[in-house]
Amino acid sequence: MSEQIEQALSKQYEAGFYSEIESDTFENGLDESIIRRISAMKNEPEWMLEWRLKAYHSWLEMEEPDWAHVDYPKVDYQAISYYSSPKSMKDKPKSLDEVDPELLDVYNKLGIPLHEQEMLAGVAVDAVFDSVSVVTTFREKLHEAGVIFCPISEAIQKYPELVKKYIGSVVPRTDNYFAALNSAVFTDGSFVYIPKGVRCPMELSTYFRINEQNTGQFERTLIVADEGSHVSYLEGCTAPQRDENQLHAAVVELVALDKANIKYSTVQNWYPGDENGKGGIYNFVTKRGICHNDAKISWTQVETGSAVTWKYPSCVLKGDNSVGEFYSVALTRGRQQADTGTKMIHLGKNTRSTIISKGISAGKSNNAYRGLVQMGPKSDGARNFTQCDSLLIGDQCGAHTFPYIESRNPSAIVEHEATTSKVSDDQLFLAQQRGLDAEKAVSMIVNGFCKEVFKELPMEFAVEAGKLLEISLEGSVG
Amino acid sequence: MLSIDNLHASVEDKTIIKGLNLEVKPGEVHAIMGPNGAGKSTLGYVLSGREGYEVNEGAATLNGKDLLDLEVEERAREGLFLAFQYPVEIPGVSNMEFLKESVNALREHRGEEPLTAAEFLKKAKAACKQVNLPLDFLKRGVNEGFSGGEKKRNEIMQMILLEPSLCILDESDSGLDVDALQVVADGVNSQRDGQRSFIVVTHYQRLLDYIKPDFVHILADGKIVKSGDASLALEVEKSGYAFLGKAYEEADA
Repeated sequence: MSEQIEQALSKQYEAGFYSEIESDTFENGLDESIIRRISAMKNEPEWMLEWRLKAYHSWLEMEEPDWAHVDYPKVDYQAISYYSSPKSMKDKPKSLDEVDPELLDVYNKLGIPLHEQEMLAGVAVDAVFDSVSVVTTFREKLHEAGVIFCPISEAIQKYPELVKKYIGSVVPRTDNYFAALNSAVFTDGSFVYIPKGVRCPMELSTYFRINEQNTGQFERTLIVADEGSHVSYLEGCTAPQRDENQLHAAVVELVALDKANIKYSTVQNWYPGDENGKGGIYNFVTKRGICHNDAKISWTQVETGSAVTWKYPSCVLKGDNSVGEFYSVALTRGRQQADTGTKMIHLGKNTRSTIISKGISAGKSNNAYRGLVQMGPKSDGARNFTQCDSLLIGDQCGAHTFPYIESRNPSAIVEHEATTSKVSDDQLFLAQQRGLDAEKAVSMIVNGFCKEVFKELPMEFAVEAGKLLEISLEGSVG
Repeated sequence: MLSIDNLHASVEDKTIIKGLNLEVKPGEVHAIMGPNGAGKSTLGYVLSGREGYEVNEGAATLNGKDLLDLEVEERAREGLFLAFQYPVEIPGVSNMEFLKESVNALREHRGEEPLTAAEFLKKAKAACKQVNLPLDFLKRGVNEGFSGGEKKRNEIMQMILLEPSLCILDESDSGLDVDALQVVADGVNSQRDGQRSFIVVTHYQRLLDYIKPDFVHILADGKIVKSGDASLALEVEKSGYAFLGKAYEEADA
């Protein structure tokens, strides 16, 4: 079987098309004036600009981290354009009818119709194209429930108090190299506020698309769930197929106040580069949530894209009895490299966390799980359970596990289980003997391996994720 | 139906099958017995096309088609079914989804419409009942946590569902108590319709009390050394493989 697997991974990236859309794009390079221009384009208040500039100056002092189990040529931060917007967005379309049909067409091609009547019932979408949000659907319906769901650039104008209070409160400006860069140059992203006691009436979702060449995407998402509220949010991402690498450095901050519940799901399908490792997105993302008393944050991610992934969605369990969860499927193939995992920081009493990580490696890829479970001195009765499984397809890929456990409380309980398995010849033979072809068999075995994570995804997206996995595996057996 | 002519096959450069001839006609049940290491299981793997089992010489056709030229899944779609001696687990994949894909892959090959979930479920439930498997087995992962006997019955359940034209049972009796053996045998006998053929590979005559063979062949050192009717199996039961010579007697001890 190994021989069959060694054969080239020939699958085409389906979202790899580029759309000819006229755009206003900044010249390459980064300095203070670029940041001032971004801020001016967005018509930002002075405090926001200052915040950005402080972040920029911290960033200049920082060094790019190199501890992850990934290997890539250094990014030239002066060779990137930090702002690109479709021309048609200049005069802010008021409704969907005014949105450039070519833009809508891009999303249609990706299977994300933005016309509300055609959409999946019960899912509101914010579509971010390069550096700007092009449309947010179902806003009125959400408004009735008191839910705010809008581009963050708009939130800075309309709800400055909320943004000012929470931005950088979970991921500080100086948190890490990429977070500092994002804080300086972020262009758009989504803002969500769920008022006290409100259960958000529909799934919220943001769809990110990088289109222009040599641009970076630096989105910033901030979700605040007020006391006792519930929200489920999903993000998806794709990019055209290009020979050069593109940088995506996002920051996501979640705030779950007392008794609030946030479920954050990601289906990440950035262009992964070709089979020789040419091109693809560098996905350097900081995602973190803070849980107050009795609150719960659940991260679910299905990661199949990007050339290099550096990403650790984390939970700070500050409040007593708060709960953090992390469910992850990360699939790498070709020359993809992923270093991904989570951090569960237990500060409050009786805090609980669960980590289920499923890593699948095929081709010549490398897939690492890196996780930190920290039990603070006051985390009496805290518990963590970690299960970390790796599945290898073929004999040229790598799976690595780097678990870190720090406990400063004798009553805390930490459990860690890890397994590594291969798609065995026996399994393949059984499936083929029952009439299934090798590809179908592998995708079925992999889907079975991921089941515990898929069942955490919202219904519509679980199907999508399964399909995505199937497409990503196409050609992984000869 | 199945025609094997002067088959030679090897595993990792070691020749295991050394000139095997066998004709199986529609509706016939052939038992293959023999001492350990004679190549009994190898024959099933070679016919089903398992990787690593090289055919060095000879031919095998199923319903006139050159078996050796086909991929594993193509042989399965042509009607060849192998009931495994040690079925492997596929964690997380439910028996139901696995079998539905499987049944529909075979139907597609025959140019038939795929079964709907409801149609499939009805058939699957009936097949489960036939081999005394509780219905929740359909929801469980393929062979996941099944006992030895449950795995064997699960194999027969699959055979009933997939309606193959040639069934190869690889020691489907090993590790079974008498009751389980009866269930497996009943499952097999229910599928004898005068058209479907069986090759029953077994170490012990016991199974043949329940599944009556038309022919019994003794396989030794990669060849069929003796063929006869059901009475040959009884003879082996009584006096072992002594007639093969000393080496085999010891191997079988």
